[in-house]
Amino acid sequence: MANGEQLVVYHSPSISHHSLLTTHHMRNLLIFITKYSAFFLFLIFEGIALFIFVNYNNFQRASFINTSNEVTGNLYRNISNVNDYLKLKEINDSLARQNALLRNQLMSSLYVDTAGRKKINDTVYKQQYTYIEARVINNSVNKRMNYITINKGSLNGIAKGMGVIADGGVVGIVMQASPHFSVIRSLLHKDTRISAMLAKSKEGGSFMWAEDMDPHKGLLYDVANSAQPHLGDTVVTDQHSLFPIGIPLGRVSNLKPKTGGFFLNMEVKLSVDFSKLEYVYVINNKFAQEQQGLEALQKTDE
Amino acid sequence: MSRVLFANFLRFILLVFIQAFLLKNVTVYDLSVPYPYILFVMLLPFETPNIILFPLAFLMGLSIDAFYDTPGLHAAATVLIAFVRVLFISITVQKDGFDNEPEPTLSSMGFRWFFTYSLIITLVHHFLLFNLEVFRLSEMEYTLTRFLMSSVFTVFLMLITGLLFFRKKRA
Repeated sequence: MANGEQLVVYHSPSISHHSLLTTHHMRNLLIFITKYSAFFLFLIFEGIALFIFVNYNNFQRASFINTSNEVTGNLYRNISNVNDYLKLKEINDSLARQNALLRNQLMSSLYVDTAGRKKINDTVYKQQYTYIEARVINNSVNKRMNYITINKGSLNGIAKGMGVIADGGVVGIVMQASPHFSVIRSLLHKDTRISAMLAKSKEGGSFMWAEDMDPHKGLLYDVANSAQPHLGDTVVTDQHSLFPIGIPLGRVSNLKPKTGGFFLNMEVKLSVDFSKLEYVYVINNKFAQEQQGLEALQKTDE
Repeated sequence: MSRVLFANFLRFILLVFIQAFLLKNVTVYDLSVPYPYILFVMLLPFETPNIILFPLAFLMGLSIDAFYDTPGLHAAATVLIAFVRVLFISITVQKDGFDNEPEPTLSSMGFRWFFTYSLIITLVHHFLLFNLEVFRLSEMEYTLTRFLMSSVFTVFLMLITGLLFFRKKRA
């Protein structure tokens, strides 16, 4: 009797055996997914986040999730408007200093007696670089990758890749420009490299931010071993950089830093105080496009 | 229900603003940077379904990213802590215990639980955040120092906030 029943049960489902099996599996899969929904949702969203992160950093693609978009850009501009009232005195002082400096360079305040001074006026005959003044509306110095947002954009002639300086020296490179704002990759960024040299001896090297995250210190590395740097020597941009020659970066402050390249390395005290950045100048190099076009041609030839 | 929605919405806005405008440039000795905005993910009600929890965590991270110019970085870290939150709560909290205390706050869960909770979540969040940001083994020493110092700062701010909004349980 018992044997018979067992046999019946065993044979009866054979008609719809296949479909039953699949629905059974589907249900199992659903149960599995709902039971571990947290894990699957985690995988999905983590994947999206990492995808955005890697794309933005590796390929520098245009993106709207940053301070150059209208919402965040305007918010920072409004906050910065309020902040500026509190800093008016300091700003006035720095502008007055800058005025005095520029007044010193006017023709009317020069004698005609040294050949050295006349060199300043070279640029007047054929101006290669023009400067666009802009106000810093967002800035940070406490991360490994710091960015600066300014209140001028592509409508004012700013484009990706332009150099940015302040009164004291180099500030960074324009990374992205929207119509009204631009995001600058600060000198205080792990990937910023600037071709630089010792002003006195013209020994060239590379400049980057030191990895101990001190916003006042940089590193000049891979200088030829034959160079004889001294404490206090000025470090400036050289002819290979996208800046005009001679824009100061800082002064040599330590000849034996902990890190660096294979050749001579030295610590540099930055000439720009990034924590107090208010106004910057974006440099428009008139020949940049021509030069890049020519160099691109050369590359396709090779 | 609508009260909970409103409270969390307000918390979202408030934390993003505090993080983006007040704490963005706060640093102690170039090392310690606080990120208490993750309180939003921590304080969502216990019964938040996963299908809502993860998108909200992602959104929070992306909002901070928009202000910090680091698309994806904070989003990755907040999504990870959403997962840690699910694990932590499933291990430490009994499912039928909260009929009138629906949120994992300091006042409803007690100091010891909340401290452990915020410490673990902060450590996980900051570890991923700082390492992903630097992404270089050669700078491990600095990265780890920053990670630990910042975690201390963040947990401190979280506890202060918890005490500030402390409500005594009705007997």
